[in-house]
Parts: sequence; C-alpha cells; structure tokens
Amino acid sequence: MSPPAVFIVDDHALFRAGVRAELDGLVDVRGDAATVEEAVREIVATEPDVVLLDVQMPGGGGVEVIRQVALRRPAQKFLALSVSDAPEDVIAVIRAGARGYVTKTISGPELADAVHRVADGDAVFSPRLAGFVLDAFSGYTPAEVDPQLDQLTAREREVLRHIARGYLYKEVAQRLGISAKTVEAHVSAVLRKLQLSSRHELSRWAAERRLVD
Amino acid sequence: MTAVSASAAAPPLRRDSERGLLGGVCAGFARRLGVDPIVVRALFVIAAVAGGIGIPAYGLAWALIPAENGERLTLPARSSWQVASGIGLLALAALLLMREWGLWFSDAITWPVVLAAAGGALVWRQSVAAAPPRSAGGLRIPADAAGRALLGTGLVVGAGLVFLWLNGALAAAKDVLLAVVVVLVAGGLVLAPWWLRLVRGLTAERAERIRSQERAEVAAHLHDSVLQTLALMQKRVEDPREVASLARRQERELRAWLNGRRESGADSFGRRLEAAAAEVEEDHGVPVDVVAVGDTRLDARAEALVAAAREAMVNAAKFAGDGPVSVYAEAEGERVAVYVRDRGPGFDPAAVPPDRRGLRESIVGRMERHGGRAAVQSAPGEGTEVELVMER
Repeated sequence: MSPPAVFIVDDHALFRAGVRAELDGLVDVRGDAATVEEAVREIVATEPDVVLLDVQMPGGGGVEVIRQVALRRPAQKFLALSVSDAPEDVIAVIRAGARGYVTKTISGPELADAVHRVADGDAVFSPRLAGFVLDAFSGYTPAEVDPQLDQLTAREREVLRHIARGYLYKEVAQRLGISAKTVEAHVSAVLRKLQLSSRHELSRWAAERRLVD
Repeated sequence: MTAVSASAAAPPLRRDSERGLLGGVCAGFARRLGVDPIVVRALFVIAAVAGGIGIPAYGLAWALIPAENGERLTLPARSSWQVASGIGLLALAALLLMREWGLWFSDAITWPVVLAAAGGALVWRQSVAAAPPRSAGGLRIPADAAGRALLGTGLVVGAGLVFLWLNGALAAAKDVLLAVVVVLVAGGLVLAPWWLRLVRGLTAERAERIRSQERAEVAAHLHDSVLQTLALMQKRVEDPREVASLARRQERELRAWLNGRRESGADSFGRRLEAAAAEVEEDHGVPVDVVAVGDTRLDARAEALVAAAREAMVNAAKFAGDGPVSVYAEAEGERVAVYVRDRGPGFDPAAVPPDRRGLRESIVGRMERHGGRAAVQSAPGEGTEVELVMER
C-alpha cells in the first residue's frame, strides 16, 4: 500500500517545516498552506488523503477550512493538530468533522501512525481527547435524548478509559480481550456520537469547563 | 494636515488656528470654501458693522467649530485674560459706536444677545476644549477652567434675565413661570455639552486605562515567565533534557495563565493532582501527562490519594526512562480513581523485596490506611501501571 498523501495547514511556517521534516519518508506530503483560503484551494486541487489541520488560524481557523472543503470534497479526511488543549477547541473541530485530534508535541512516528489510521477511515483519540469525551458524556442524561447518539455504551466507556490511561489501541484490545478492529470500531462509534449527538450539553459543557478549569 | 490633502478633497470645516488672526474662524471658512481668507474676513466685518450680527456670529463659530490642530489660541496664551478683556472692550466700543450711528435693532434685543453670545462662547469653547480628566482620581476640573465656565454660565443666565427685564417680563408676577423656564433652558443649554463631553471623556478614558493596564500586565507576565525561560534555554542548549523540561514547565504555566487559572491555590482534588504532577515533572525531568475526568473536593482521603499518586509518579519517573508518564484521574460519584502508567522496562511485582518502602509504605499502605486500595500491574517489558481507588 502506498503511503497516504498528506496536506499540512498551519499558519506557522516554522511548524509546517518541522512537520514536513518529521513525516519525511513516512507519508507522502503533497503540500502545505498558511491561510484558510489557500488551504481550501490547494486541498481541492491536490486531493490529499489526509489533511493535517491547525485548529487556531486567522480567518476562522481549522473549522472554517473543514466547512469550506466539505462543500467541494465531502469525503476529505481531517486530523486536527493543535497546541490548544482547550475543550471548546477540541469539541468544535471534531464536531466540524475532523477524524481525530492530536497535540503538537506528538512524535514524528506517532503522527505518521495517526495519519495512516485516519487514512484508513479510523478515528484517532489522544488520551486528552478521550478524557474530554468521557467528561462530556458523563453525568446526568436528560430523558428525551436519543440513547443511540447521546450515550456511550459501557464498552465504549471502557475503551475510552484505557485510551485516557495512555494505552495504545492494540494494548487496549489485548487488555479487554477483543480485536484491534473492534477497538477501532468502538472509537469510530464514539466519534460519530460526538459529531452527531444533539446533546446540547456538549457545547455547554465545553464552555463551562473553560470557565471553571 | 498638509496643503495637498486639504486641496485634494473638500476638507471638513475646521478653524485654522495656524493662519487665523483671532480664532481662525475666517481662515477655516475660507479654506473650506476655497477662497482667500480676506474675503470671509471682509464679510464678517460688514456683518459686524451692519447691526452687530457679525460679532456674536463669530463668537458662536469660534465656540462650535473645532480647531484643526487641537485647541490653540493664536494669541499669546500668557496674557489671554488681558487680551480677552481688550477684545471685549473693543467689541463694546464698536457696539456703542453703532448704537450712536443708529445701526441698531433695539436695546432689548441686542444687549442680551451679545451677553449670551459671549457667555455661551466661553462655556461651549470650554467644554469642547476640555481634555478628559487624566488623573487617576477621576473627575477633577482645573480651577481656572471652572472659573471660566462659571463666568460664562453667569453671562448666559444674566443675558436671560436682562432680556426678561428689558421686556418687562420680570415685573409681572404671572410671568415668573416663564422666567424660570427661560433660566432652566439657558442652564440646560449651558451644561448639556459640557456634561456630555465629560461623560464621553470619562468612558473613553476608563476603557483606555483598562486596556493599558491589561497590556502592562501581559507584558509583565511574559517578561517574568516566557522571556526568562527562553533566555535560560539558550544557556542550556547542551543539555536537551533540561531544555525540554524548562519548555514543558513554561508551557504548563502559560496554559494555566491563559486559562485564567493564574496562581490560585490548589483547592480541589484535580488541581492538587496536577500540581503534584508538575512537581514530579520538574524534579525528575520526565513529562507527566494528566488527564482528569470530573473533580471532587479536597478532603483528607482525597489528600491521601494525591499523596499516593504522587509517590507512584515519582516511581514511574525514576524507572520509566525518558518516556512520558500518563496519569488518568476519574472522579465520578462516590468513587475516585487514579491510574499512573509508565512505559518503562516493567518488573515482576512478586519479585519486589518486602523492604522496598516506596511502593509498599507510601502507596499501598497509605491507601489502605485511608480505606482505599492500590494495585500494581507490571510485567517485564510492558511498563507499569499503578491503580489507586478510593471509595467514599
């Protein structure tokens, strides 16, 4: 299988160069862009498998890139890469359609691994994102919510807990006695719930946490 | 303001105090209309001679039209009172002369109008020119400004009274109401612009003060923290571990600051745990990542849990090598759990000698004394995870 084609969007030139260097030889870097406008144009033109997306950028940020690209390339896959670990940023970009969220301190090989997984259609949860999701879906659940979308199953919780504890997918699979594919299916299901849930607490939770935290 | 831009587009009507003779009114009009100032001045002189309208008109224009380059009297400021009284006397002489010649409406109109114009000019000028009070104490008006404002107010009110008196209104008791209304209106007229200016000035000044305070605070914080750390890092380039640890410490501090946490005391379980992780990270130079779900109040048992977790982190940092230590805390309902995991070489828990106090005493013993439990999972080559659970 040929390495996935990657496009890097970040307004810091230094950071783009760093990511390019780290991913060199591991994936096929198609190009990079510094602004929302340039990114949308180039992504549509170069048709990468995965877009590595900075969350905070002038002109609407990563969320705006996802929104505009989705109009022309609905199947485009995004992986958010950010220095921010503010819950509202994480939740916003995931709900906009990103397939995962990793922080910029991630190592080159780990990032390449995450890109491969997103290219394969899986979701990438960092321990912190798993923690956010557990936090967001915990507590009181209103009666009128759709349990299909607005609650996590016990198994999904267990998988997320292990990810939050720092276990890799294959380690989670081993510990829970399930296959790695099943773990990925659980994580993808959680991602879908996160994106589609009408659970209005999600946004409120993020906002409150920002205030309290 | 240059001559080029002034001629390019019609400039706004401003008094031109640079080229003006008195207040720059004529020069300002002239520039606005694109004619020679002498033409406008001639018109004003004619208006002044023919019925005296020109003089109050000039006074009003002076008061109402803002100056080009801030407020500046073209006459030497030092003797402004002398100059003002001179101008006043000259104007009076001109008026008397015109009265003598018969270029006059009537005493009952002209004198009050002249008085009111003079007073109004003084007050309006004052309020337009008054810089918003700069002192931190807030509303404070310079004494001489207050004096001038008072004088102007007196003149306007006096003009109203003179007008009423000359028209015989004051004599009739039934017209007292009218008198009061006229005085009130005059007072309102006098105070409104000044008050408006004051309020606007105060609001603008407060906003500016808050902004500059915030800027100063951010600058001070960045200087004390980020710049110091960057300098330190440049000195320690030969020690990458130290540099990484410095960068992480700074990052954590900056994040906390950006999130508005500042340096508030560690008053909840989650915060205390994060503080403990930060300490371990600094002492041992190994990154400790904390993910917390939920939070709880800090009681004696939660304190014990944090202390045990801290000991587990120290152990992990010692034996984990360079890899990060993952800490996951979960506070839900009556159950609080902390997992401390490293990716070090691992060990066989059964093979640990019983005298290894760190694990046995500080972690397991402490948890059990407080009604909790601790479990260690490890195998050679698979890292170690310490599980600490406290049920309330």
